[in-house]
Amino acid sequence: MEPQLSWYLALSAILFTIGVTGVIIKRNIIAMFMCIELMLNAVNLTFVAFASFFQDVTGQLFVFIVMTVAAAEAAVGLGIIIAIFRNRESLDVDDASILKL
Amino acid sequence: MLALLFILFAGLAIGCALAVVAQRNPLYSAISLVGVFISLACLYVTLAAPFIAAVQVIVYAGAIMVLVVFVIMLLNVEQEDRGRARLKFLVPTAVALAAILIAEVAFILVSVQEFRVNPTGASSDIGLTHSIGSQLFTRYLLPFEITSILLLMAIVGAMTLARRAKGEQR
Repeated sequence: MEPQLSWYLALSAILFTIGVTGVIIKRNIIAMFMCIELMLNAVNLTFVAFASFFQDVTGQLFVFIVMTVAAAEAAVGLGIIIAIFRNRESLDVDDASILKL
Repeated sequence: MLALLFILFAGLAIGCALAVVAQRNPLYSAISLVGVFISLACLYVTLAAPFIAAVQVIVYAGAIMVLVVFVIMLLNVEQEDRGRARLKFLVPTAVALAAILIAEVAFILVSVQEFRVNPTGASSDIGLTHSIGSQLFTRYLLPFEITSILLLMAIVGAMTLARRAKGEQR
């Protein structure tokens, strides 16, 4: 039996759900960051699945661009995390609830 | 055979993803996330996308996770303290959202039409480096160039953010 398109979409939805849940319940800012990466990967999976089932390379190109955006997000996001940690000595998002330093 | 591989790697991905959320230590979360990335790369191979699978391992499991683990080590993160609860309604909200999205999964499984444009799938060359490269540098040249500008902005932004202001001492 071949894997169907709906299997991949369902797996992607499950992974995205886990990522959303993680962003909501996690308190550590780095853990939240990793849950965002998880959501990006879930979307990538739908892109690749559609590209494979439609026989169209466009989906894979968008995965390429999503990966680039994720890399840029990682660089800037971790820079922000380091800056916050330097100012507040904490990685708890509840300690960073006001923008004023 | 492919279905068996799908079940194996999908189970691995879901298990590792649950571990990412369940772990208290961010370092263990990071290692679990690498597991998710690797199993997704294996799924990409079964979807006839070897280039994306390789890039997934190199960029995600390699570069991005090394950056995350580096920051975790640099900041020497302690385990999450369980003392103060966050906003009380967040956990029920998360459970409700999860229930809604799981219902969507059930909907997908029931109602998405099954089809495959090219049932054989063996003769296609999509997903090979050649076809991706030729499309990337012809039809999708503008997004590619915008991506390079985005990366440049990210480099400059990260340096600006992480730099100490002049004269600031710790």
